[in-house]
Amino acid sequence: MNTTDNSGDVRLSGISKTYGAFTAVHPLDLTVPQGSFFALLGASGCGKTTTLRMIAGLEEPSGGTVFLGDQEVTHLPPYKRPVNTVFQSYALFPHLDIFENVAFGLRRRGIKSVKKQVVDMLDLVQLGEQARKKPHQLSGGQQQRVAVARALINTPKVLLLDEPLGALDLKLRRQMQLELKRIQTEVGITFVHVTHDQEEAMTMADTVAVMNAGRVEQLGSPTDLYENPNTTFVANFLGTSNLIEAEVDTKSGDDIVLKAGGGKLVLPEARCSAPTTTGGKVLVGVRPEKISLTHADDAGEIPEGRNRITGKIADSSFIGVSTQYVIDCPVCPEFEVYAQNIDRDARLVPGAEVVLHWNPAHTFGLDAAQDIDAGVDIEEEAA
Amino acid sequence: MATATEAPPLAPAPDKKPPRKRGRWTPYWLLLPGLLWLVVFFALPMIYQASTSVQTGSLEDGYKVTWHFATYWDALSEYWPQFLRSVLYAAAATVLCLLLGYPLAYLIAFRAGRWRNLIMILVIAPFFTSFLIRTLAWKTILADSGPVVGALNALHVLDVTSWLGWTSGDRVLATPLAVVCGLTYNFLPFMVLPLYTSLERIDGRLHEAAGDLYAKPFTTFRKVTFPLSMPGVVSGTLLTFIPAAGDYVNAELLGSTDTRMIGNVIQTQFLRILDYPTAAALSFILMAAILLMVTIYIRRSGTEDLV
Repeated sequence: MNTTDNSGDVRLSGISKTYGAFTAVHPLDLTVPQGSFFALLGASGCGKTTTLRMIAGLEEPSGGTVFLGDQEVTHLPPYKRPVNTVFQSYALFPHLDIFENVAFGLRRRGIKSVKKQVVDMLDLVQLGEQARKKPHQLSGGQQQRVAVARALINTPKVLLLDEPLGALDLKLRRQMQLELKRIQTEVGITFVHVTHDQEEAMTMADTVAVMNAGRVEQLGSPTDLYENPNTTFVANFLGTSNLIEAEVDTKSGDDIVLKAGGGKLVLPEARCSAPTTTGGKVLVGVRPEKISLTHADDAGEIPEGRNRITGKIADSSFIGVSTQYVIDCPVCPEFEVYAQNIDRDARLVPGAEVVLHWNPAHTFGLDAAQDIDAGVDIEEEAA
Repeated sequence: MATATEAPPLAPAPDKKPPRKRGRWTPYWLLLPGLLWLVVFFALPMIYQASTSVQTGSLEDGYKVTWHFATYWDALSEYWPQFLRSVLYAAAATVLCLLLGYPLAYLIAFRAGRWRNLIMILVIAPFFTSFLIRTLAWKTILADSGPVVGALNALHVLDVTSWLGWTSGDRVLATPLAVVCGLTYNFLPFMVLPLYTSLERIDGRLHEAAGDLYAKPFTTFRKVTFPLSMPGVVSGTLLTFIPAAGDYVNAELLGSTDTRMIGNVIQTQFLRILDYPTAAALSFILMAAILLMVTIYIRRSGTEDLV
């Protein structure tokens, strides 16, 4: 692949969409580099699909411009844009067989000999045998692959995927995620993928933009978003976070020392997205799997320099690879801890007094002015 | 203890059989009202009419079944022009209904928005008045001194239609054009409703998908919308053509003796000439002809797997 080729870039500048008084997408700047797998992640109604539809030309932006490579396409109708879409419910043509569905785009562009291309494409998605069947004769997963084939055969500059796996069951979804990732690597086309499933976005995409209420909350690689969330929404929507309200005490070197409850916590200043003035409030966050659990009797064995909090086990559930504990702490009544089942301490049962401790490097800091529960329950609503 | 355990399996056995038997007959009981209706209002009249068509005799001496099949041949050879005319007029009206009804149904299904229900009511509204009154109204609309004929005359449209033989001189009334207009008007809702139903069922995302796959709006219509609306086109044309071919009110009120359709002939034979065998034979010929045409049409339109 030519790295200087930018014809598959998607550049949105100041793009917005309003419906009457309702703003679906606030002015948005976004660049998706050529050849990347980009995910727009958010709950239903966050504006991610509207953004995708504006790239496809199915929705007219209220403001701003859309560029594909160097070409401005803001006001081009969909049939003149070098992009193709995989629709949420596939939108396969029910009166045409699989072959004709896949050949549709080629035929519309006046290409006469489509047979070889269609056969090759059907082989790529492993549907060679089904060419003469009608869409309703195929299973959901097969229909999904037809929808991908029908879009990809046109070798678009950008492939847009609107919740393409939403209608599939969990197992098939995992399988198709890997399949789509394989195809993307193989064809090297820019993929823009809209989903409400954070796990899907993290598995597949190189870059994820988390959207909330018509705005991009944060953009970055899946690891970056997970390890360094900038807002409570991202912290809660992507996986689970334990957030504690703390007060800035002192600064020592690159670290900030905070007071939470009776104890002290250390937070690297580089990992804090909030202003830190002494006496100011900050939300301290830590992911459940970063935490170690030690019975209160062994508290003396915990190495120096780790952040620690005391609490009492409220609940524990064994889920095979790990055990998930809910700890009742004075600073946070439902502190979640995921412990790997390597050396299980038989004393760690509900009711036991424990010390939670973790490496300060895993702590992140957020602006305390935000809603601490933003993005917590959204996933269940959307699913 | 032993007797107590033996008793229960015995007891339900005789109980179980009757419900199973009743269950087997339930579908037939449920079918009975429908079947009775069909027998009384369809099968019996058909048999009666079939027997009438092969009777000979006169009103004074009474009619007897003499298996006189020649009535069919005589009726056909005497009235074939009216048969042909009926088919032509009905076909013309059907085509006009399709041309007028398709855009209307498309508009209601995809573009009407909040006006959808209002337009639907307007389409159905004429049904609230009598068929006869509505057809008579067309007499006024197409009256010789009326504005429609005046305008058509001024635009020299009638010169063209007269040359084609659809009108005569500067009149519209009592010409084939008037009859076809009447038929088109009266059967238009029968075209619009099935078309609307099948257009409305088309998933709007298919239009988006077609546009996304480089189809211009008209190509989208040609390759996606129209093929998917074929069930509506087929049922609409059938619902228009079949009653139009047998209609006699429009030809009676808006036409002349030169525009008589087969319905008028049957009506005259039955009610004025009182030649019941010929009237019955004509009815059967009409029915057979329509059945044949409809069968060929449905076979050729190939919409089986769409419905």
